[in-house]
Amino acid sequence: MGATLTTSRAAQTARWTRKDLLDLRTLSAGEIRLILQTAESFREVSLRPIKKVPALRGRTVVNLFFEPSTRTRTSFELAAKRLSADIVNITTQQSSLSKGETVLDTVRNLEALKVDILVIRHAAAGVPHLVAKHAAASVINAGDGAHEHPTQALLDLFTIQEKKGRIEGLRVSIIGDIAHSRVARSNIWGLTKLGAQVTVCGPPTLLPPQIEQLGVRVTHQLDEAIRGSDVLMLLRIQHERQEAMLIPSLREYRLTYGLDQDRMSRAKPDVLIMHPGPVNRGVELDSSVADGPFSVILDQVTNGLAVRMAALYLVAGAQGKPEDAGMFPADA
Amino acid sequence: MAKLLIRGGHLIDPANGRDGRFDLLLERGKIADVQPAIPANGARVLDAANQLVVPGFVDLHTHLRQPGREDKETIESGCLAALRGGFTAVCAMPNTTPPTDHRGAVDFIHREAQRLGLAAVHPIGAITKDRQGKELTDFGELFGAGCIALSDDGHPVADAWLMRRALEYAKVFGRPLIQHAEEPRLAAGGVVHEGLVSTTLGLRGIPSEAESVLVSRDIALAELTGGWIHFAHLSCAQSVELIRQAKRRGARVTCEVTPHHLALTHEAVEAFNADAKVNPPLRTEPDRQALLEGLQDGTIDCIATDHAPHTEWEKAADFDSAPFGTSGLETALAVCVETLVAPGRLSWSRLIEKLSAAPAKLAGLAAGTLSVGAEANVTFIDPSARWTVDPQRFASKGKHSPFAGCTLTGAVVRTLYRGVG
Repeated sequence: MGATLTTSRAAQTARWTRKDLLDLRTLSAGEIRLILQTAESFREVSLRPIKKVPALRGRTVVNLFFEPSTRTRTSFELAAKRLSADIVNITTQQSSLSKGETVLDTVRNLEALKVDILVIRHAAAGVPHLVAKHAAASVINAGDGAHEHPTQALLDLFTIQEKKGRIEGLRVSIIGDIAHSRVARSNIWGLTKLGAQVTVCGPPTLLPPQIEQLGVRVTHQLDEAIRGSDVLMLLRIQHERQEAMLIPSLREYRLTYGLDQDRMSRAKPDVLIMHPGPVNRGVELDSSVADGPFSVILDQVTNGLAVRMAALYLVAGAQGKPEDAGMFPADA
Repeated sequence: MAKLLIRGGHLIDPANGRDGRFDLLLERGKIADVQPAIPANGARVLDAANQLVVPGFVDLHTHLRQPGREDKETIESGCLAALRGGFTAVCAMPNTTPPTDHRGAVDFIHREAQRLGLAAVHPIGAITKDRQGKELTDFGELFGAGCIALSDDGHPVADAWLMRRALEYAKVFGRPLIQHAEEPRLAAGGVVHEGLVSTTLGLRGIPSEAESVLVSRDIALAELTGGWIHFAHLSCAQSVELIRQAKRRGARVTCEVTPHHLALTHEAVEAFNADAKVNPPLRTEPDRQALLEGLQDGTIDCIATDHAPHTEWEKAADFDSAPFGTSGLETALAVCVETLVAPGRLSWSRLIEKLSAAPAKLAGLAAGTLSVGAEANVTFIDPSARWTVDPQRFASKGKHSPFAGCTLTGAVVRTLYRGVG
């Protein structure tokens, strides 16, 4: 393990200096590669019988989730535990303002308890940025409104890299509710920075204005998004979109944008099917495709762990405390 | 009260066509004389060398928050902020708790303003009861109590039928209805302009059409009824063009623009800066240019601050939860100097007109002039002073501004209200 890490560290093209991981938009390609390389080093930890390294021993991580989540929260929790950090989960569906307490009040209370890293999910865009501006602790954005979900995009990039051996030059189509998707935004930034050609596909009601200015191609035709693509990334369609008249019905969505076996016949023979989960089986993705040979949906989940270990490790390292020296994982 | 002679200043009084070196003599709270040179004759002398001496500004659009949200602003703190910004009269929007929709509420504002004696406060009454957009208020009672206009500001009057009736009935009183033009269904849930910034930040957008659709409708209703419609805080190019055409046709349409819409675009909300969260939202550069052109060619009648103070903790919330509005009275002049005078868009004289005589005329007030016999409401400006905006030093309780940290040119150095200050 030590030797592998030394090699990958030497190959790193950037140094990590950021206290926080808030978005992919403001990261350089070098910083994104650094996270992916660091994740590569950590992947092996989860394959051991004893799945733990002492990298963050003595550090405290708080999962502060203002929105329900099982996968992302569990993934961060396991990542922190495998790095030997202490982790506390705080989940509140109640908007803190409704209690007369602001998000910043909550964070100041946690800071008074001397926590090192705050992993934040919130239904409102920009909350992690707001917290990062006021908190001494590192902040990792675990999804903020429709803004960004950087670790999801990083694990997607990691999975594509793993399966295809490269990202540059690949054609990736992101299909579905782009307007309300933080996953789509983070992936657009990450993929374009690493040289992929990105197409977004969905009905005009689910595409945000001027999205093409982010450097992506736009189509409303699913077949056009499928044809020639190396990766098809499906997004979860929310039932609320129907109520808001953004789609006439889920049935109509399935008929026009659902990916089934028939449409898969037009895809490249080595296409990857990705989905951030949870899948609405029979809406955006037919079960046979979700569970089929092209699907890498469970690899995404597995890789999420390594990517989140890397994220926690890097932001902790950037806090610049003297005891950081020599904290890189050694064989346990 | 003793005589006060303001000597050596550059006097700008657009209502009387004066723009040059004049002395100004004040006596008993009134303007007693204006001459190129006035001998002191025992009057106290105030040296105004290198300063502009202009009429006290009139703000057609101010939120004073009292009664109801005295933690955000009071009539007192709002008047103090007005004076700091060179305003000697503010028109108070009715979205208080309770709202200014009945005589008692109007009387309260008048009584409190008179007790303080800091600046003139002119209430604007609500168009509909409790600002619910359902039933008209008693217009005659509100105008009789001294309201200068009616508005449901904060909300639009969304119901076309009700707006038609309101415009017709208001003709009895010769005063305008001020519309907050925002089609509620098109704007629903939005927090920023719908465009590249909303897309990038994942925030819900408000399209320009939310405004222009209602501007278009209300121009049509004004033309149908012959009523007077005034549009608050214009934000987009389409609205300016609609109003330009309507004025050419002779419709009874007037409008205002805020300093922040003249100075900033939606890019100011980058990095989720809630200090730049205002309603209507800051829009694009072409919209901003259209507002500047509209102001230059007279399509836009005046500048109004839409001073909308909030507590610091409210503005420090996340972008979605933070309330709309900015503290505007104390930065208005300098922002206008930077945006309009410095680049040669407006002369000093026209800027002063847009801040004083023009809004006074819309409000039906004998204010915004330095005519002999008028109230001695005088603002002194150092046109070349450079200062850095620090909201913590605002007199307003709304200690937030999208201009925080900006260094601006042009400072109000003194404001006299009825000869005092």
